[in-house]
Amino acid sequence: MKFRPFRVSVLLLSLLIPAALVAVVFFLVAYSGQAILFNGLHFMTQISWNLGDLYSDPVTVSGISVPPGANYGILVFIAGTLASSGLAILIAVPLSVGAAIFLAEAVPHRIRPALSMLVELVAVVPSVVFGLWGITVLIPLIGRYLSPSGNGYGLLAASVVLALMITPIIASTLYDALLQVPKENRESAFALGATHFEVVAKAMLPMVRTTLIGGIVLALGRALGETMAVLMVSGGGINILPTSLFSPISTIASFIVSQLDSAESDPTNMSVRTLSEIALVLFLITLAVNATAKLLSSGALNVRKRQS
Amino acid sequence: MSASASLKVARSAQELRRLTISKLGWVACGLALALVIAPLVDIVGVVTVHGVAALSGKLFTQTTSGTANGLLNAIEGTFIITLFAMLIAVPIGIGAGIHLSEYGKNRLGGVIRFLSDVLTGTPSIVLGYFAYIVFIIGFGWGFSLAAAAITIAILIVPYLARITELALQQVPNPMREAAYALGAKDHTVVFKVVLPAASAGVITGALLGLAISVGETAPLIYTAGWSDFTWDGRFTHAPVAYLTYVIWTFIDQPDAHSHALAYAAAFLVMLVVLAINIAVRLVVRRTRLV
Repeated sequence: MKFRPFRVSVLLLSLLIPAALVAVVFFLVAYSGQAILFNGLHFMTQISWNLGDLYSDPVTVSGISVPPGANYGILVFIAGTLASSGLAILIAVPLSVGAAIFLAEAVPHRIRPALSMLVELVAVVPSVVFGLWGITVLIPLIGRYLSPSGNGYGLLAASVVLALMITPIIASTLYDALLQVPKENRESAFALGATHFEVVAKAMLPMVRTTLIGGIVLALGRALGETMAVLMVSGGGINILPTSLFSPISTIASFIVSQLDSAESDPTNMSVRTLSEIALVLFLITLAVNATAKLLSSGALNVRKRQS
Repeated sequence: MSASASLKVARSAQELRRLTISKLGWVACGLALALVIAPLVDIVGVVTVHGVAALSGKLFTQTTSGTANGLLNAIEGTFIITLFAMLIAVPIGIGAGIHLSEYGKNRLGGVIRFLSDVLTGTPSIVLGYFAYIVFIIGFGWGFSLAAAAITIAILIVPYLARITELALQQVPNPMREAAYALGAKDHTVVFKVVLPAASAGVITGALLGLAISVGETAPLIYTAGWSDFTWDGRFTHAPVAYLTYVIWTFIDQPDAHSHALAYAAAFLVMLVVLAINIAVRLVVRRTRLV
């Protein structure tokens, strides 16, 4: 085969992408090695997160040097992540389904591009600006009208902000799918005497169900990894499982950020290593969720196929 | 007239129920759309009102000290982080996009595409932590411009590669064939024919990457650090300030002046991000690139 320098050079450039991903996984695993050994499996099931006494001499536990009293459990953060993302999905799905239906079917053609652009723009507002809005607008509202303690920070605030951030993902996925439903299907439903809303709800929505679920899973992946907005409004609870909508929580992602300073002061580096293990856990969770979304959406092109 | 009147009389209870449910359904859907758009409007409104009120000449001419004075260091920091991230990401992303579009219709291309999507879906904080253990701890660079720019570049490259690929694919094949028939080499075909024809899409990708870079926070916390001073020209061993840091830390301070700085920073960031995204959508509306 002839040597083609141009093709080889762009190939090498494109190989940098897998290389970066491999490097991310490799270094996270390599760096967290000792932490994985030290933390064992109860890492996932323990509630208590304790950096130990950072000012005493480190003790050696089964060959690994750690601060005395150090104990790393991330159950609270896993619970916080699942609770806030799950609740966010519960809020976001009805909102985005309704918005997508209205946008695709009820809005006059002239203003439709403008409105759909507005929905897409929600997705590009930086996370930290959502957090700022959460602190100045949402938290006082929740504190005044909903929270029994008058403190708005917590699970509900985090879920609402997350829901707003992922709504456009679900809504635009569904909106695009609804526009692709074949005309014949709509018209036959109309011909049977269905009202316009029944056409949408009973003839069109079932056709795009898989696409919708794919969009929801994709949004879930985004919610699980969301960091700044959650960090700013979640109240940063540690060492206690959330018990109500107003409990302070930490998600895995927000916890990694909030621990930077204390982890740096650990002379044994064990907490930095453990944070690396936590980042690895987050990576694996989002990988699994995104892969599911990918599988769903690749099988969900059936609407387009039926059209041809 | 009489026909419709008699139809109305003939409406059964079931029909009425169906019509009512349909009406209620539309109302609910309309409300949902309003609830999706209203927060955006409120965010833009709140940030603009507070941000514009906080704008002053001092903002652009003085650096922060503590939580007072201006934002010069943060504005400059965001600018240079974005600049160097783009310098790294644009050649790699466009090169990768060229490979995927022109020569990537095989198994290897599929694998690269899949892994690129995995990288896109990876939370930015995970990338930030990776950069922290490799560049800050491993290489001993400390919080620095180099670490920040490389991290942001890793974040942008997959987007850029994917958008470039999509843009190049919309160039019709006969154009390539015509160029090859004239005796053009691979690189001539790509640089003189395909890329110019797809330039709008490629520029779109680069601009969206720029918007991501300006609005990103989490990975920078672990790589850029924070500095009260403007850049001294060093790539390592010197922390850099950036605008999004001001937003998330200054808003937690008790005094009004810190809040004003946070809003001003948020206003600047939002202005750049929204301006880029609106412009891109108006120019290449629904080409399915974004």
